[in-house]
Order: sequence, then structure tokens, then C-alpha cells
Amino acid sequence: MPERYHVPVVPTPARFPKVGQYSIVDWREDCARCRNCVKNACVSGIWPLERAHDRDPSAALEPAFDCRACLSCVQGCTKGILSLSVNPAYLTLGDPYWSREMLSTTWAQAESGRIPVSGAGYRGPFCGPGFDSMWTDMSEIVRPTRDGIHGREYINTSVDVGAKPLRVRFGEDGRLEDEPPLIELPVPLILDVSPWGSDGDAIVAARASAAKTLRTLSVVRVSGIADGAALDSLAPLFDGEEMADYEPLLRKARLIEIRDGPRVSDYVKQALKVNPRLVAAARMPFSVDASDRVVRLHEEGIRVVHLCADEHGREVDAEAPRYLRDALREVHGRLVQEGIRDEMTLIVGGGIALPEHMAKAIICGADLVAVSAPLLVALGCRVCDGDHDANCPIQIQEVEPDYAAQRMVNLMGAWHSQLIEVLGAMGIREVRRLRGETGRAMFLEDLDKEAFGDIGY
Amino acid sequence: MTSVIERTAPPVEAERRNGPPPATVERVVRPMPDRYRNPIGRYKVRRSADCRSCAVCVEVCPYGVHVKPAGYNLPLRPRDYLCIGPKCAETDHYCVEHCPNKALSVGRNPTADAIGDPRWTSDLLLATWRQAETGSMASVGDLEYRHGASGGGFDALRFRFPESPVSVAPEEVDTRLDLNRRDDGRPRVAIDVPIYGGGMSFGSVSIHVMIARARAATAWNTFTCTGEGGYPERLQPYDDHVITQVATGLFGVREETIQRVRIVEFKYAQGAKPGLGGHLLGDKNTPDVARMRQAVAGNALFSPFPFHSVYSVEDHKKHLDWIKAISPHALTSVKVSTPTDVDMVAVGSYHAGAHIVHIDGSYGGTGAAPDIAKKNIAMPIEYAIPRVHRFLVDEGVRDEIVLIASGGLRTADDVLKAIALGADGAVIGTSEIVALGCIRCGNCESGRGCARGIATTDRELIKQVDIDWATQRLINMYAAWRERMVDVLARMGMKSVSELRGRHDCLRRVRWGEEDVHD
Repeated sequence: MPERYHVPVVPTPARFPKVGQYSIVDWREDCARCRNCVKNACVSGIWPLERAHDRDPSAALEPAFDCRACLSCVQGCTKGILSLSVNPAYLTLGDPYWSREMLSTTWAQAESGRIPVSGAGYRGPFCGPGFDSMWTDMSEIVRPTRDGIHGREYINTSVDVGAKPLRVRFGEDGRLEDEPPLIELPVPLILDVSPWGSDGDAIVAARASAAKTLRTLSVVRVSGIADGAALDSLAPLFDGEEMADYEPLLRKARLIEIRDGPRVSDYVKQALKVNPRLVAAARMPFSVDASDRVVRLHEEGIRVVHLCADEHGREVDAEAPRYLRDALREVHGRLVQEGIRDEMTLIVGGGIALPEHMAKAIICGADLVAVSAPLLVALGCRVCDGDHDANCPIQIQEVEPDYAAQRMVNLMGAWHSQLIEVLGAMGIREVRRLRGETGRAMFLEDLDKEAFGDIGY
Repeated sequence: MTSVIERTAPPVEAERRNGPPPATVERVVRPMPDRYRNPIGRYKVRRSADCRSCAVCVEVCPYGVHVKPAGYNLPLRPRDYLCIGPKCAETDHYCVEHCPNKALSVGRNPTADAIGDPRWTSDLLLATWRQAETGSMASVGDLEYRHGASGGGFDALRFRFPESPVSVAPEEVDTRLDLNRRDDGRPRVAIDVPIYGGGMSFGSVSIHVMIARARAATAWNTFTCTGEGGYPERLQPYDDHVITQVATGLFGVREETIQRVRIVEFKYAQGAKPGLGGHLLGDKNTPDVARMRQAVAGNALFSPFPFHSVYSVEDHKKHLDWIKAISPHALTSVKVSTPTDVDMVAVGSYHAGAHIVHIDGSYGGTGAAPDIAKKNIAMPIEYAIPRVHRFLVDEGVRDEIVLIASGGLRTADDVLKAIALGADGAVIGTSEIVALGCIRCGNCESGRGCARGIATTDRELIKQVDIDWATQRLINMYAAWRERMVDVLARMGMKSVSELRGRHDCLRRVRWGEEDVHD
């Protein structure tokens, strides 16, 4: 794999014992003390760990939560005194969007940095809201466009952030004018501010370090940036008015984000006056009239827009909010219609929780995504509904930045590998070509109408 | 409990054989209990220390939960997987009521509540085990054996039975499927049930499982498939019921293995990992596996995607012509996955000369695959079948090719629904390994492999699955499935499973979450 696409993942165990899905309840009573106890035959080696605690109090107390639920012991016990049960703590995890399965798989990826693999078919519901009701295409006999598994390492996952003029321009003197700056990121994602809790120093530092390793950018509120900090991997976030106070910082920055408002284009111009080699993005809520607003921002000269959906990947401030799957296709389609899509860069965030969300958001029209909540989950966040700072059960603000950065890098490394799986399966060699490729995706309503349309209720 | 169904003998061409004589396996249903000491049922029966061994429970229970063999002082531990649960209280044989010492209690089995998932619910697993044990649908009781709880696809389809169907007796119903619809001089090959076993390679499953599948296929005059991992010699007595696969890695493919069989399958893609190759982890590439695959032990083995020799329908035809030239007796099957243009692929396969086009939807698969691929890449089989069926009809070639569906079909009902959607028959995989005791824990690929001795080549672990036991379990499951298919077809007023093909009017949809009235 070319070095720039390589993500250095390093196995990094969780800080807290895993909240596993299963445990085996040992009834103990009636135990016959068989010499060939089924526990000794545990293929996954879980029971011997529990016994280790009998001899060594510092050994983990509840390792049976690592149980893989093969049921060999439950079904083999001479007296039938073992039962499988779902860990009650597991059932309390997550919320309606962040399912337990999503948390588990994210933790596993943050630990190993590897693609989750399992056997015996798919286990989830047939479909679900938003991205869970679309499928990506694959190349088949008639369209094999890549060289199989050995070509996979040459799939290009880089994207460009900035203005992309459709033609070159010549000045009065006939010389080629400078092209506007373009930032190439080797992965189609940036790391975004935490969606909940305060974006504390440790987390900001971890995110910056992870962004550096990933060669992408981390969005940080400008007030949280220490004087003299290196800005290679940071994208300062401005409200606007305060910009005048940060001229030295603006001179060093590569990408800044400015919150959308009536004067956003003035602020962009102000920033570019200080540093013409800067890429300035407008950061706006993904509201129902987002497509009008993006077109308007384009008229005002803005070429990079960061659309922020809500935590669950839906439009904000809408009575019946649509999911990114639909809202994004509208924005993308509108820009195509206006003939300006290729000049702009769309960063889309909010509700991007799984690697397939990244691929699907790009198919629906994003150039790249902004990842936020998964970075906290990578650190062990359980998406509880408590007070995110004071009573955080995993004391997330106390996390050690280097450790946290590696967990984030691992997760993004696993995402990157999975994006390559999707691109490879589709026979697409460049993530830039995936953008807006809805023809290579299948949407539930279309499939359902075609296949089941003539079947009555 | 024993039944014999008349079988149609396959034609054997003497010149094709050069191995051992063909084996026969009797198609007889025999009870074949769980191979574990404690079978899992929905309910748990507890007998407390208050028991005085009076054996009243043994007398009242008609289900065989309570047993006290002659000469025993105490009753055996309750065989609670046979228990029908607290609703037994409505009958006059509720052991809890009858026990003079109040020593018995019945409740849900926590283990049964903990297993399963929306696609393969706890009930589906338990029901499949019951079918594999008894070979009849009656034993399933009130377990929901028809569909899962995934909320869409097959799970949101039901049969629409005619109000006054033509009267058809079960014995009149024909479930045979002809696999050669082309008038090309090649043998007519018919199978007695519209299902056969999907490809599971030596390496991904143990030799015991492979042999048991081949023996069950022989008993039912249908097929099983070697997958891409070579053709173990021990399968040779069952050559007439084995499909051998030619896949992208060409592992273990030799002219003599192709000449042995009646059907050769080209695997272009598989539903579990559409667009991605196969991958046998180094740990599972034991010396035995490596010998079979003509590879080096311990190395991870990749089957790349796609076939590097196929870039067009013409190339595809070249492939099929190659097989046809090597084996003048073989039928050819093409296994593809379900991209948006699956209909074009199917028609291309027809024009390339295939007898069978086998479409494999994205939710199935038995082997290890990336989770992202299983969930997101390529369409579910329920949507692909009508698309392909209609396109083949529109192209005027529907009756010359056999359309087989697979990928997430779990039950006899799923098979019939697939046929009503437009397929001719189905391929099953996961159901077979569930019958052999798979609990779908999903850890097929980790460490020593399958803890239950199915998807492993570990010499210790594979001993858990006895060939005769496994054969009988599969024969039983097929018998139960056929019973259900015949029952549904008879209620539809159909004398042949082929009458159901493409009959969308025999299906109805249910809105998930609404009260579901069962037929």
C-alpha cells in the first residue's frame, strides 16, 4: 500500500473491562465436581480465566463476559446447571440510534484497528431508517474493474478540500493565475468537535494527534487552541466576530471553519485577506432549506460547506426531518442542476456512526464526512444519557491523550479498510468517483416497489 | 416414526465413473437426538429436593419430559426441551399440578431467550433442531418455524391460500425439480426436492460435515456442493450427488474432479461477501487442507474477485465451454451475487450456455465475512428474484434456464416464498449447519475455529460431529421441510411445486409491528 494510505494501527486494549453481550450463569448448586468438567474444555479459554481469579485476586472477576456463547458448556454440563444469559449491563447500553451492536463493534475496532469479521450470515433487521435502507452495488462478471484482492492496496481514498475551478484563468498579462489552494486528505474524513460534553483539553489533544497520524484535520473551537500550537492538523472553528483577534493563527492555518450567518462571506473574505493560501469553509446546520443556502453561499464566493445534521443523521429544525440519505441527495442534486457541484466541496457530519455511513454519505453526495461521536465511543463512551462531564462513568475527560489518539487512529484505520472493501466490491478505484454515484446504489423504496409492488397486503 | 418415500434413481453413466462404486443411503426418517447432553428448549423444568420419587409426573406427562427407567430409584433429570411450557396448566396432565410434593416448577429457559437474532430467532433455531431430530413438523409445536423477525423481506411475506382450493391430497404433490431445461443433449437431471446444499469448502467445514451432507443429498436424490477447496476422495462414493465448484482461486480444481460430477458450478461471487474474494485464514489452512488445495500449509489463502479470465459474456461462455468440453455429461451452473444488474448477469449466463443460474443474496453465507459486506453490499435475495425472473421472461428464455435462489433462506417457507417470487428452487446452507448443531455464534474463523466442531478442521474438534448422526439429522430436516412444502402446496391446490413459480398472487405482505393473523 502506498505509504500515504497506510494507517498505523496498534492493538490498544480498553481502559475498562468490556461490557460483553453474554455471560454464563453457573448455578453451582448440584455441581457434581466432575473431573472432566466442561469448563476445562472451553474452546475460547474463558472459564480457565475465571478460575484464575480464585488463585489471583488481581485477575479479572467477570471474564465470562468475554463468552462467545458457543453453548458447549451449557449443553455439555453433566448436571445441566449452567445457563446462558444476556449480560444485564449490556442491555442498558446505547440509545435508539447508537445500538448495542454499534457500540460493541466500534469498541472492538478501536481496540484492534481491524475489520470486524464474523460467520453464519447477517444478523440484523432487514432494513432500518436512513442509511440502513440502501445497499451499495458490486461489480459482477460484466464489470470487473479491478485486479482482485491484490489490487486493493492501490485504491485511492484521498479527497480534495477547497475550491475547484472548472477552468484555468489567465490574468491581464496573459500569465496563468494562481489556482486557489486545495488540501488533499488521504482519507475522506475530518475529525469533528465532540457532539456532547465539553470538548476538553485531553480530547482535543488526542483528536489533533490522531488527525496528524491520519494526515487529516481536526476541527477545534479557536478558543481551545493554545498559543503557538502547530496548526498542520487543526481546523480552527470561528464564530466570526473574533477573527480579528487571531491574525497570527490565521496566517498559519490550512483550513478554517466559520459558523454560517448573515456575515459569513465577509468573514471568509477577511480571513483570505490575511492568508490567501487558506481554505475557509462555512459550517451550517443541515436544515430543510439547506440546498437554497448552499447555492446562495456559492454565489457569495464560498466553495467549501460543512453541513451539520443532528446526532442521529437527520435534518435540524424540521417538523418531519429527513435522514441524510434523502436530504443529502437533494442538496447534491440541486448543485448538479445549478452546474456548480464540481466547484464545491461538501463536508457532511452528524450521525456518521459506522464506516458504511461514510461510504453511503459519499454516494448520496458528500465529498467527505466529519466524524465526531465515534471518536468518543472509541474511548469507551457508552452514549449514556447522564451529565456528560461531571458524572461521566468512564471519566472521558481524564483520558491519556496518546492512548486516546491511538484508539481513534485504530477506529479510523478500520473504517478506512472497510471503505476499501466497499470500493473494491464496487470496482471503483477512487473514492472521488464514489461521490454522488447513486446509480451504483440501491434504495429500499425502489427495490420494494419493483419486487413486491404487485403483492397485496 | 419411520417413513419411506419413493425415490427416483439418478441415471449413472458408466463411463463417467472411475472411482469407488456409488453408495446408496436409505431415505428413512429416524429419531436422532441432539448430540449434547442438555438439548435446549424454550422451557426449563426444575425438580427440587422435595421430590419423593413417586413418579406421578412420569405417568402424567405425555411429552416424555419425565422419565424413570426401570430399576432406577429416582427419575432422570427432566428432559425439559420436550416441555410445552406453562400453557400445559390448561390441560389435565400438568406435572406441576399433579406433583404431590410441589417439587416441580416450569419457567422459560433463559438460554433460549438469550440465543438468536432478528434473522434467526431463538424459535427458528429451536424449531430447526426439532425438525432435524424428528423429521416431522408436528414436533415443532408452537415454536415459530415459518419466519424470523427481521421485519422485511421473507419475514414480511405470508402465503395467501385460496378460499376454496382444488382438493389435492398430500401424496399427489410433486416436489421434483428438473435442472436441465435446455435441449442440448446433456442428461436430464432431476432432484426430488426443490433444494440442494450450497458450497462449503473443505477447510471451511470439516470432512465429517461434508460427507454427511453428501450422504443426505444422496438419500434425497439432490445435491451438495464442495465449495472451493478441492474434492476430498472420501466424497467419491457420492459423486452423483456432488456439485463441484470452480471458483476464482481454482483451488483443488482438476480435470478428473470435473469429470466425476453431474453438475459443475462456476462461482463468480457469493452473497456473504459480494464483490470480495474468499479468504481462508492461515490457522485453518492445516496440512490436510493445504494438500487438498494444492497449497502451502499455514498460509492464508485468497480466492480473488473476480475471475481474471472473465471480462465479458463471451469470456464467460469460454469458461463454460471449457467445462462442457472436459465433461460431456455435466450440467453447468453459474453462481453470482446480486448487484443492480443481476438480471443482465442472469441473461448473460443463459447466453453463455449455463443450465442453472444461481443468485446468492447478500444476507446469507455460512463462512466468515466482513460485517460491512454482509449488511450493505448487494441487494437482499427477495428483491433480486423477481427482477431476474421477469427479465428472463421478457427475454423469452425463462423456460430454458433454471433459476436457483440462495442467501438468507432459513426455512421451508422461505423456499416456497422464493419460488412464488419467481425462482425454480433454492440452495440452503446455514439451515443445514444449524441442523448439525450450529448455534450461529459467528466465531467460525477465530482461534481453533468452530467450538461445535462444524466449521473447523481442528482434528480434536471435528470429532464432535459423527457422520451417521449428522447424515440422519440432515435427512430428517429435509423430510420435515418437504412435509411443510407439500402441506402448503396442497392447501394452495397445487399438484406440483413448479405451479407456484412466479405466483405473486399466492403471497401477501404484512406490515411489521401490526397484529399478524396467521393462516
